[in-house]
Amino acid sequence: MINLTINNTTVTVEENATIIQAAAKIGIKIPTLCHMAVDCISQESKSASCRICVVEVEGRRNLASSCSTPVSEGMVVKTNSIRAINARRTVLDLLLSDHPADCLTCEKNGKCQLQDLAADFGLHNLRYTGEQSKYELDLANKSIVRDLDKCVMCRRCETACNDIQTVGVLSGVGRGFNAVVAPASMKPLDQTECTFCGQCVVACPVGALTCQTAKYPVWRALNDSSKTVIVQTAPAVRVAIGEEFGMEPGSVATGKLVSGLRMLGFDKVFDTDFAADLTIMEETTEFIDRVKKNENLPILTSCCPGWVKFFEHQFPELIYMPSTAKSPQQMFGAIAKSYYAEKIGVEPKDIIVVSVMPCLAKKYEADREEFSNDGVPDVDIVISTRELADMFKEAGIVFDKLNDSDFDHPLGESTGAGVIFGSSGGVLEAALRTGADWLTGEDVKEIDFKAVRGLAGIKEATVNVAGLDIKAAITSGLGNARTLLEKIQKGEARYHIVEIMACPGGCLNGGGQPYSCHDSSILEKRMNAIYQEDSNKVIRKSHQNPDIIKLYDEYLEKPGSHKAHKLLHTKYTARKAFK
Amino acid sequence: MSCSCGCDTELNLLTQFPKKKEKLAAYLSQLPLGEDREKNRGYLIQSLHKAQELFGYLPECIQLYVADKLGLHLAEVYGVVSFYSFFIDKPVGKYKINVCTGTACFVKGADVVLEEFKRYLHIEEGETTEDLNYSLGGLRCVGACSLAPVVMVNDKVYGNVTKEMVPNIIEECKLND
Repeated sequence: MINLTINNTTVTVEENATIIQAAAKIGIKIPTLCHMAVDCISQESKSASCRICVVEVEGRRNLASSCSTPVSEGMVVKTNSIRAINARRTVLDLLLSDHPADCLTCEKNGKCQLQDLAADFGLHNLRYTGEQSKYELDLANKSIVRDLDKCVMCRRCETACNDIQTVGVLSGVGRGFNAVVAPASMKPLDQTECTFCGQCVVACPVGALTCQTAKYPVWRALNDSSKTVIVQTAPAVRVAIGEEFGMEPGSVATGKLVSGLRMLGFDKVFDTDFAADLTIMEETTEFIDRVKKNENLPILTSCCPGWVKFFEHQFPELIYMPSTAKSPQQMFGAIAKSYYAEKIGVEPKDIIVVSVMPCLAKKYEADREEFSNDGVPDVDIVISTRELADMFKEAGIVFDKLNDSDFDHPLGESTGAGVIFGSSGGVLEAALRTGADWLTGEDVKEIDFKAVRGLAGIKEATVNVAGLDIKAAITSGLGNARTLLEKIQKGEARYHIVEIMACPGGCLNGGGQPYSCHDSSILEKRMNAIYQEDSNKVIRKSHQNPDIIKLYDEYLEKPGSHKAHKLLHTKYTARKAFK
Repeated sequence: MSCSCGCDTELNLLTQFPKKKEKLAAYLSQLPLGEDREKNRGYLIQSLHKAQELFGYLPECIQLYVADKLGLHLAEVYGVVSFYSFFIDKPVGKYKINVCTGTACFVKGADVVLEEFKRYLHIEEGETTEDLNYSLGGLRCVGACSLAPVVMVNDKVYGNVTKEMVPNIIEECKLND
C-alpha cells in the first residue's frame, strides 16, 4: 500500500493506483474528458490527451496528468492550487476555441461532459477565438452519426472500438490541428467493418459520436391515420428507461412504459419478449437437432446484430456455426406482417412496426436487405431507449408518475425466459430451460441456471440436462468473443452452445441505453432488475407461452417447419475483412 | 476492393507488379513478427518505408497488405501513414514541381508564381494532374534566396521565376521526355 497526501488529506491506496483513483477515494472528483474506466471488463483508457485532469505534485516541475500518473510513497498532491486551476481553465478554453458552440441544438445537450465541465468551471466567456475544424457529417449509415467538428481527440472511442471490441475501425488520423479520429482513408462508417454496436457512442464524452435519430418518422407514423402503428419494446429497455426520468437505476418500469407508449398513440403496444420466446422455440429446436446428430457444434446465438456483422467480417469461415434463427426484433416484424396482419385483416404495407431497442445496431439490422419483402421492411422504424425517453419528454408525459398497464395481445404475452434476453447469459439460460424440458419430456423444476449469469466477459458452465453434460460458454464484448472464437477454431475449447453479445454485459449496456458512463454498479442494478422481472413471472419457459403455442397451432405448425423457416430464419453473408 | 482515391489503376497494384510484391513479401517475412500486436507495431514504419520505396506511394491495397502481415487494423496503419508527411497515399507526378514559399521567395512574388502553376495545370497545391505527369507543391527555403523566387522541378532549380516563365518551365519538362 502507498500513502500520499491530497489537498492536506492523507490517503492510502494500492501500489499501482493513479492520482485520480486516490483522489476519488477521499471524495475529490478531478475533472477529465479522456479518462475512461470500464470496470466490468477491467479496461481503462488513459491516453492523457485532454490535459484537463492536471494537478500539482510537490517537487515536480510540471503539472501531472492525474489519470496516468501513478501514486508514490509520500507524494504531496494539490488538485486545487491556483496553478492547476489556471492550467485547467486554459486547456478548457483552448478546447472550446475549436468546438462549435451549438449546445442548444446538439444531440448531446444536457448529457455532454464538455458542457458539464464548462458549467463546473463557471466559464462566462470564451477567451480564444480562431480557426475551427470543418468536416462533413457522416450520415451514411442508419445507426451512428459522426460529427468530427465536435471531436475533442480524447480517443475514448478508439479504446472502445480497438481494444474492447477489437473491431479496429477507428484511429487517430492526421496531425496537429488537423488531427481527428476516423476510419482508414477517412471513409464513412458504412464502408468499413463497423458493427454499429454503438460502444463508441457510449464512450464519446461530447457530441462527436451520436445516434442517428428516427424520432420524427415515428411522430409522422403516429399521425398517419391510414396506418396501423404497432410498437415492440426490447427486454433491456424496461429496466433502464426510468433513469432518464430520475428513477433509481434498476427500477423495473414495464407498466409505465406500456402506459407511456399508449399515450403516445400507438395502436397496439407489444413486447419483443414474445418474439424472444419464439426465437427460443426455433433456436432450441436447431440446437437439439445438432446435439442429437453431434454435428456443427457449438451452435452460436444470433440475436445480436453487432455480433452478426462482426462474424461476417472477421470470421467468415465460421459462417455455418451461428443459429439461422432471426433475432427477436426481426421475428416480431415477420410475424406482425404475416400472422398478425391476417388476424386483424390489414395489408402488411399498412402496418408500421416500430421497435424500441437498447441498441444502435438494431437500426442497421432492420435495414438489411433480407429483412424486407417487396420493399416492405419487416421492421419499419427503430428508436433507442434514449430516443423514446426524448419523445416522452417532448410529449409532456411525466414518465415516473404514470400508472402501470399491460401489453396488448397476442404479441405482448411473454415469459421470464423472454425477459432475460436483455442480460448477458439470458438467451442461453432461456434455451436451456426449454431444452431441458424437451430432452427429458418433463416439466423440469430447477430452471435457475445461475452459473451463466453475471457481467463477466467470458463465462463457462457445464449443465447436466437429461443425463447429457451440456458445455456452454457465454461471452459479451466483441473482444472477448474474438478470444473465445479463436480458442474454438484452434480446438482449445469445445462447447455445445455459445451465447455472444456485442456489448459488454449484454443488451442492458447497449449503445442506445441511457448513458451510464461505464458505471458498473448501474449495469449490475439493471441486470438484477431483469432477473427480478423474470422471477416475478408465472410462466418462465418460452415453450409454455400460451400465445406462442397458439401461433404454432394456428399458423406455423411446429418449430423448424417449412413455414417457420421461411418466416423466422435467415442466412449470413461472408464479408471481406475490408470491402 | 474499391479504391479510396477513385482511380482504377491502384486496385491491382499488388497484382500489377508481382515482382515488387514479392520483394515486399520477402522483406516482411524476414521481420521477427509474432502474435503480439504491440511488438509487431514496432515494425510498421520500416515496413511502410519499404513499401513506399517499392511502389512509390501507399494506396489502400498496400496499406491493407502490410496491416494483414503485421496483424494490425487497417485504420491504425492509415493513422501512421496520415501522421508522417513522408508517407503518401496518392500517386505523385513524374515531374514534382515545388514552388518555394519561404520568406525571401514569398516577398519576391512566389504566391503569384504558385497561382499561375495552379491555373495552368488545373490542380491545387498538393495535387497531381490526371495524366500523372505533374505534381504541384510548396516548399520552404532551398538555400538559394539570391535567386528568389525559386521553383524546383525534381532536382532542377529555376531562379528569378516570373509568372510569364511558367508555361516554359512546363514545356521544358515535356521536351525532356
